[in-house]
Amino acid sequence: MNFLILSLIKAALVAFVLLTTLAYLQWIERKVIAHVQLRVGPYRVGPHGLMQPLADVVKLITKEGLIPSHVNRLFYLLAPFVAVALALTSIAVIPFGPEISIGPVTTWMQLTDLRIGILFVLAVSSIGVYGVALGGWASNNKYSLLGGLRSSAQMISYELPLALAVSAPLLLANTLSFREMVNYQSGYWLGFIPRWNLFPEIIGFIVFMIASFAETNRVPFDLPEAENELVAGFHTEYSSMNFAAFFMAEYSNMVTVTAVATLLFLGGWQPPFPAPYSDFVPILVFAIAGLIALYHGLNPARRMDKFTLPATAVVFLGIAAIFGLSLFVPVLKTILMALFWFCGKVLVLLFIFIWVRATLPRFRYDQLMRFAWTFLFPIAMINLLVTSLIVALTTK
Amino acid sequence: MTALIFLIFAGIAVFCGISLVVQTHPIACALSLIGVMGSLAVLYLQLGGEFIAAAQVIVYAGAVMVLFVFTIMLLNAGAETTTFHASRFVKYLGVVLLAAFLGLISFIIQATLPKTEGVVFGNFQGTPVDVGHSLFTSYLLPFEVTSVLILIALVGAIVLARKEI
Repeated sequence: MNFLILSLIKAALVAFVLLTTLAYLQWIERKVIAHVQLRVGPYRVGPHGLMQPLADVVKLITKEGLIPSHVNRLFYLLAPFVAVALALTSIAVIPFGPEISIGPVTTWMQLTDLRIGILFVLAVSSIGVYGVALGGWASNNKYSLLGGLRSSAQMISYELPLALAVSAPLLLANTLSFREMVNYQSGYWLGFIPRWNLFPEIIGFIVFMIASFAETNRVPFDLPEAENELVAGFHTEYSSMNFAAFFMAEYSNMVTVTAVATLLFLGGWQPPFPAPYSDFVPILVFAIAGLIALYHGLNPARRMDKFTLPATAVVFLGIAAIFGLSLFVPVLKTILMALFWFCGKVLVLLFIFIWVRATLPRFRYDQLMRFAWTFLFPIAMINLLVTSLIVALTTK
Repeated sequence: MTALIFLIFAGIAVFCGISLVVQTHPIACALSLIGVMGSLAVLYLQLGGEFIAAAQVIVYAGAVMVLFVFTIMLLNAGAETTTFHASRFVKYLGVVLLAAFLGLISFIIQATLPKTEGVVFGNFQGTPVDVGHSLFTSYLLPFEVTSVLILIALVGAIVLARKEI
């Protein structure tokens, strides 16, 4: 019973945080792209457009859910459900931090640890293709069908280099569980270089990142929804919450992929510096951010900055104070440090996703396929072979 | 609890299997097959064969069936039109024969299988380590022969496709 209650609490917490993150990820994406292109981005709803995600959700819910004529009703309604359900499932096996004990309760900062956690994520993502393919097919629209076909072909092709790139760190750590994977990456070479898989497996990491761009249908591989050729691709005929489901699935896949990259290559919640130094990094980061916001609030460039930026500064300095306080409370320190480093790494990778979207143009379809099969696949294969050779020679 | 989960997913597997045969639309048939494979994966997982379960989902549901669905969509195959019209007598006779056949099978299973030594849930050694170990020790020859077989199939597919180009 204890286990059930604990799992329910953890699941509710993770679901709430994940869904909020998904909503705000869209705000971050619009803001970052806007600033790359020298615009301001969302600015009207709330200070700096912070209420924009809420407004979008209200807009999408109150819109009429239109079902076009001559669609296959069952599959048309099933597709977005499949897409979003499978995209949200993967978070169940992602660990956010080490084992913690609050009072009498001892638990991991993870919903469940499967011995085959990595295979589980791969399995769920390989089933996720059906959401897009079915949506494209059931819409009874040639643009949607083309989008769905492109998407499934692309996801099958890029799944191969992705799986091969994932296999190399698995060989090094000799495990399929995320937890053991992170434990394997603890410690430092020469006392200061973190033992992350990133350094021996830099090629694998790059291949993984490229393939995950294609798996999540992001620019420069967003051929399934290329708006200048396919209107909006597989979700052309979707509106209201069905459309929102596809949108959520895309962002959720992004979060999953970056979390997996963090766990496999970037050491999960392990800090990049040895413990006594890394404990001060969050305090320093948030304090500096708060001071910068305070400075700009005192010398406002725009009229509203007088109010919004000092408020931001107070929030940042408060977070810095909490981190400073946590140095004296061991439980709080374990939780906060793990969350800070894990979320920090995930956010950096997410920022790269958005940065790429703001920078690179789209591939042509034949280029996309040729790149996967004649460049990425052989590279991943050679990387795996070299890794397995080294592992075979070094282990007894 | 395990028995309940077994019954639910065995039920889904049988339902999807029947649906696979009964459905007229190719896509619906393909999705039913995916349902069968998914519920089989859950049964493997229950037995403790977690690697087999994951492989079942990744390979069959995630790769093979995606290609099936992909081909069906590309060819834009419509619903099947039945050309066979059975008489009412044959239909009723079919129901009776099916019931008799199922009864016979269940009787044979009941009679021949030992009653006490059933499969124990979770007692099956199916971790990736076990699977890898048995693949490279006891089943090395079948494993290698299968890889040659797959290679032959690959080359054959390329040769057959080349004629068209």
